[in-house]
Amino acid sequence: MNITGSVNAIKGGEFLVRETEADSIFIPEEWNEEQLMIAETCTNFLAQHVTPNLTRIDEQEEGLMPHLMEEAGALGLLGISIPEEYGGFGKDFTTSMLVTEKLGAGNSFSVAFSAHTGIGTLPILYYGNAEQKQKYIPKLASGEWKGAYCLTEPGAGSDANSGKARAKLSADGKHYLITGQKMWITNAGFADIFTVFAKIDDDENLSAFIVEKNFEGLSLNPEEHKMGIKGSSTRQVFFNDCKVPVENLLSERQNGFKIAVNILNLGRIKLGGGTVGASKEVITMAVRYANEREQFGRAISKYGAIRHKLAQQAIRTYGSESAIYRASQNMEEATEQFVASGMDEIKAKLKGTEQFAIEAALIKVHASETLDYVVDEGVQIYGGMGYSAEAPMDRAYRDSRINRIFEGTNEINRMLMVDMMLKRALKGELDLMGPAQAVAGELTSIPDFAAAEEEGLFSKEKKYIKGFKKAILMVAGAAVQKLMTQLGKEQEVLMCLADMLMELYVSESTQLRVEKLVGMRGEEACKEQLDIMRVYINDAAENILKSGKEAINSFADGDEKRMMLMGLKRFTKTEDINTIQARRNIAAKLITENKYCF
Amino acid sequence: MKILVCISQVPDTTTKIILNPNATAINKEGTTYVINPYDEWYALIRAIELKESGIATEIHLITVGKAEVEPIIRKALSLGGDEAIRIDAESIDPYQTAAYIADYAKSVGYDLVLCGKESIDYNNGTTGVILAEMLDLDYIGFATSIKIEGNSAIVNREIEGGEETDSCKLPVVIACQKGVAEARIPNMRGIMAARTRPLKVVTPSAVSPLTEILSYELPLAKSGVKMVSPDNMDELVELLHSEAKVI
Repeated sequence: MNITGSVNAIKGGEFLVRETEADSIFIPEEWNEEQLMIAETCTNFLAQHVTPNLTRIDEQEEGLMPHLMEEAGALGLLGISIPEEYGGFGKDFTTSMLVTEKLGAGNSFSVAFSAHTGIGTLPILYYGNAEQKQKYIPKLASGEWKGAYCLTEPGAGSDANSGKARAKLSADGKHYLITGQKMWITNAGFADIFTVFAKIDDDENLSAFIVEKNFEGLSLNPEEHKMGIKGSSTRQVFFNDCKVPVENLLSERQNGFKIAVNILNLGRIKLGGGTVGASKEVITMAVRYANEREQFGRAISKYGAIRHKLAQQAIRTYGSESAIYRASQNMEEATEQFVASGMDEIKAKLKGTEQFAIEAALIKVHASETLDYVVDEGVQIYGGMGYSAEAPMDRAYRDSRINRIFEGTNEINRMLMVDMMLKRALKGELDLMGPAQAVAGELTSIPDFAAAEEEGLFSKEKKYIKGFKKAILMVAGAAVQKLMTQLGKEQEVLMCLADMLMELYVSESTQLRVEKLVGMRGEEACKEQLDIMRVYINDAAENILKSGKEAINSFADGDEKRMMLMGLKRFTKTEDINTIQARRNIAAKLITENKYCF
Repeated sequence: MKILVCISQVPDTTTKIILNPNATAINKEGTTYVINPYDEWYALIRAIELKESGIATEIHLITVGKAEVEPIIRKALSLGGDEAIRIDAESIDPYQTAAYIADYAKSVGYDLVLCGKESIDYNNGTTGVILAEMLDLDYIGFATSIKIEGNSAIVNREIEGGEETDSCKLPVVIACQKGVAEARIPNMRGIMAARTRPLKVVTPSAVSPLTEILSYELPLAKSGVKMVSPDNMDELVELLHSEAKVI
């Protein structure tokens, strides 16, 4: 990917104060031939090896999941973004996101795959020294060894740095002896390599260790009984003076929390990709069922109530997808810039990801909540069959739920995105103050109704998005001013701000994607995408208005409150559109194509 | 041993076929294409197996079509094959396709020519046999297994109600079907290598087809199924008579 205008390259979080050109974003309609082949390989792998075996996978048939991982490894799917020198294929971030998306439709297999290629492999790839990488990465890339990641403890979930696991140096100085209990460890039952976080002695921060399953002192609990993703191995892992050679300390002492956070940034956007893949698959199932199921003498897809659901599933999925690939390319470009400035490639990747951590958190929340919406309506479209364990929607419904919990709960991620945005502003990395003051000034001035409006296919939507930005700057600016240091404790306000940010980013990503697509294919070929964009932005305006009002009402009063509420209305004002007809158009396309087709 | 595998592009079975306004051609835009499964799953994979087992030394893939078929031939290359040839021409019927391929094949000389038993779009099933005739080679159709022993191909082929085993001296043209090999999924290594493998574009001397397509018709939409109780044969007979009008 070429970097152009690197001086003006967009920074993480800057979407709130800066306009983006449609041509500068990556959209999924731009996949090249090789990427499409890779995607097809993923789809075929699921169709041939995973989907027919979902029941056996969920029953945790002995050896089946590790075998599937090895099959995926043989196809090269475990080493997509691993450098060639370590047995991988050195592909860029968007390609590895594409693979994550396509394999995201594989239920429990997707979880095993994501855990292995993400948190199971990346800590060693990104933070390991040359010997560690040489020893572990090629076997993780081929699937010969499977990876797991031990961070969470019974008393340390969202507050990961409070874990009780401890490591101490052995008397001979050759080993660390780790003692502790880790829980909810994905892939634990068949993993060969565990990245384990523990504090050395009385350190303030965690350190990370590479632990092989055969190291003395490591033991496993039986499998957990879970609501969904039943085929994914989830166990507690116990360390009882587990002997880990000193050379298996990963990175530096006390660098573990940083590793955990940085790997999670990447895991979050990847989770977004996986859930979009799952959403598309569930929509296809729902459309097919709706086309086949007849009631009152007609296919249920002919009824408006069902059409509304199908369209809404597609609209939200399209929005998530647009945001994911926009941010993925931003991460890729930021990485390339860091490399160009002389930074080591791995460090550059971490910095590039960290740069867009706000977007990653936002995407994690949006895409996982979209999937939960999609499966919920999927069950509804299936009606009675949706509630039957014999139909596939039951599994999709149960498997979806975990996505709002792992990789940082959606509540933690909501708080994180606002927190990061404000911290960057305080550090001077992001200029929020200037634009926020400008908006505050606009509140007390008379709106310029006479200003000539640019007329174009997207001019209205661009104007609405500008308004959304102003609405957020106004509410966030006032919240900071009013609540000062108490803002961090006003979690409900933070949730409102996060929801507003999310709706803005997804609205803008959708608008930019459709604009670029119309440029590529012409307006006539993108009728339904234009409808998707219009409905998404229409609904986003209402959501932003609602969240904004809730926040303002909690911390402002009197004239100031009235003024802000009026401003909020002005900034979220959109022209009325016939959303029922737009959803009908979108649904009609899905029904004709008999699958998710955008 | 040099093998030539014939690769044809066909619409994906799940793609929606749209005809042009006067129904004289299929609208290519919006149609998803795949490699003809008989060519890919059986002919190409068997060729690859023969190379992997050391029997074949070189595999060439050939297709007839304009530049738009290149993704398909490169996808075939991602499974295996040393070189691909695209005959830069549109083809209307099996005669024309076979003539283009024969012209090229003669210039190189192959020990074994493999193709699918038919393409799943037009289902003619005759390109292989016409090609054999044009190359003046033997032909075996409906192959379910192919072994190479010395200078002969030992081929099982499906016949009505059973199978027969044939032995045939090389070179030979064989049309493959289920049983010849197991489908494979292209792996990352193959996908990346496909870019670097040569794809030769050959401009053929003109060959006229023997067929002219006058028009296409889409199949009628399936009507609903009526369930009749096994205890109610009278109703069934009545429906077959009055509604289906088949008795």
